[in-house]
Amino acid sequence: MKTKILMGLLAVAIAGLIAVPWIASYFYIFILTEILILGLFAASFNLIFGYTGMLSFGHAAFFGIGSYATALVLIHLEWPFLACLLVSMGASALLALVIGFLSVRLNEVYFAMLTLAFGMMVFAIAYQWRSVTNGSDGLAGFTLGSFGLGVDLILGNPAVYYHVVLVIVAIAAVVLYLVCRSSFGMILKAIRQNPERVSFAGLNVRTYRLVAFVIAGSFAGLAGGLMAPFLRVASPELLHWSMSAEPVLMAILGGTGYFLGPFVGSAVFVLLETWITSFTESWMLVLGIILAMMVIFFRKGLLGTALDWWLEVKK
Amino acid sequence: MSKPILTIDNLTKRFGGVTAVNGINLEVMPKETIAIIGPNGAGKTTFYNMVSGRMLPTEGKITLDGQDITGLPPHKISRLGVSRSFQINNIFPEMTVQENVEVVLSAYHGHSRKLFNIASRNTGIQQEAVEYLKRLGIDGLRDQRAEVISYGDKRLLEIAMVLATQPKLVLLDEPTAGMTPDETRRTTKLVKSLADSGDYTFLITEHDMDVVFNLADRILVMHRGEKLFAGTPEEVKNHPEVRVAYLGEEEEDAVEEANP
Repeated sequence: MKTKILMGLLAVAIAGLIAVPWIASYFYIFILTEILILGLFAASFNLIFGYTGMLSFGHAAFFGIGSYATALVLIHLEWPFLACLLVSMGASALLALVIGFLSVRLNEVYFAMLTLAFGMMVFAIAYQWRSVTNGSDGLAGFTLGSFGLGVDLILGNPAVYYHVVLVIVAIAAVVLYLVCRSSFGMILKAIRQNPERVSFAGLNVRTYRLVAFVIAGSFAGLAGGLMAPFLRVASPELLHWSMSAEPVLMAILGGTGYFLGPFVGSAVFVLLETWITSFTESWMLVLGIILAMMVIFFRKGLLGTALDWWLEVKK
Repeated sequence: MSKPILTIDNLTKRFGGVTAVNGINLEVMPKETIAIIGPNGAGKTTFYNMVSGRMLPTEGKITLDGQDITGLPPHKISRLGVSRSFQINNIFPEMTVQENVEVVLSAYHGHSRKLFNIASRNTGIQQEAVEYLKRLGIDGLRDQRAEVISYGDKRLLEIAMVLATQPKLVLLDEPTAGMTPDETRRTTKLVKSLADSGDYTFLITEHDMDVVFNLADRILVMHRGEKLFAGTPEEVKNHPEVRVAYLGEEEEDAVEEANP
């Protein structure tokens, strides 16, 4: 019964998201596009954080590489958008393989510090390799051509681009969700709870952590590939370590224990940022207070707390 | 008789200047139950840690079924057929009792590499998990979160997880430690029936002498990292040196327990 109600709510939410361009202003179309992209970014992060128990402070490296990859392919090769996204995923998967290979052998704070260090290195490269990345200005001036697969879309139209983002993020979310529900996903959860027991069951924990890291990295790259045309620029800020903090905040805000938690976190984060910055400049102060409250009182996040309460009380 | 399943040759572990395990030799025959006893600090757990790959031996050689496994990482030793339990509970606390066993089973059967199956619909693994829980008499708890079941049941769950990899050699590290007398009796009976079934080869460390004499075919007595004596339970019971070294320590334990 409860599952049916939740499924119903999810269906209504999806229907609402599809209908947005017909009922909302351009302003909210932009905001929702950002929420979806950052939600995918945060959900990919949660695969390694909430599921596998690895706190990475360098996830923006993959998001940023994805942005740069799409921007570079659009500028130099003018490939269809879908091909750009695949290049973004491939590039970030490759980078995640290298960074992950060197990082997953370490635990806890050492893993966090190493990912932060690699994230800073990637940022420094993007910032200084002017001939390729155009330095601090970033890559701009690219335009989206065709979508690919013979689908005829005017990607420059924000409403159309919103729908494209919605569909791609939905497909990516389903794939990530299936991974979480698989036997592999079960092992990831087991690794978070007790890595030693998993290795005594005959599995190489490092390999599993690395595979999770690469999957998470490639989906962060996909999110980055969607972000560059939306912002019309791929700039070093997307790779900055402060950008790595965003999926951490969103995942904690929404709740790491449920798959959709990071999406809820992304929505709350972006909406609050938009509304609060229109009243006051101290958005970071408000965000800080909210986060402190979440961690002290609602450790399961907004979605996690709400769902746990509802599933418990209304039995 | 057949070849030994495990051969320990001059196994030694030093931590700085301290020798925790010193030149232990042991042959374990298939289907045999061997108990390792000795006071706290005798080196039993260090010995286990080396056999299961958790620690690198300083010297010596460990051979499993003719294959040298000295210094291999835990997951490889587990794959080769050595499964161990721990002195402290080592389970997946946020999963259900049944899922705990499913994790081990999906690792063992190679399902853990599947990215796009649905774990909760893997009926083969689920049935097998329930079988193992039944064998340990805790299938009634299958849907409970593992962290909420009693201490004794957690230890039984661990044994179920240890058996689920169908090991050639099972290492149990103080399976009844911290149990109530009732739980101890239940666990001893269970391990006894598993040993008698002839499906398993057990290496057991244990503090409780009743449990040891009840279960073991042979006993290795360790003291300060060295082999004090090895023999049948009868021989151990009647060995004067063992009585002094071990039973003396037991009296101390009894005093400690009486005045915590």
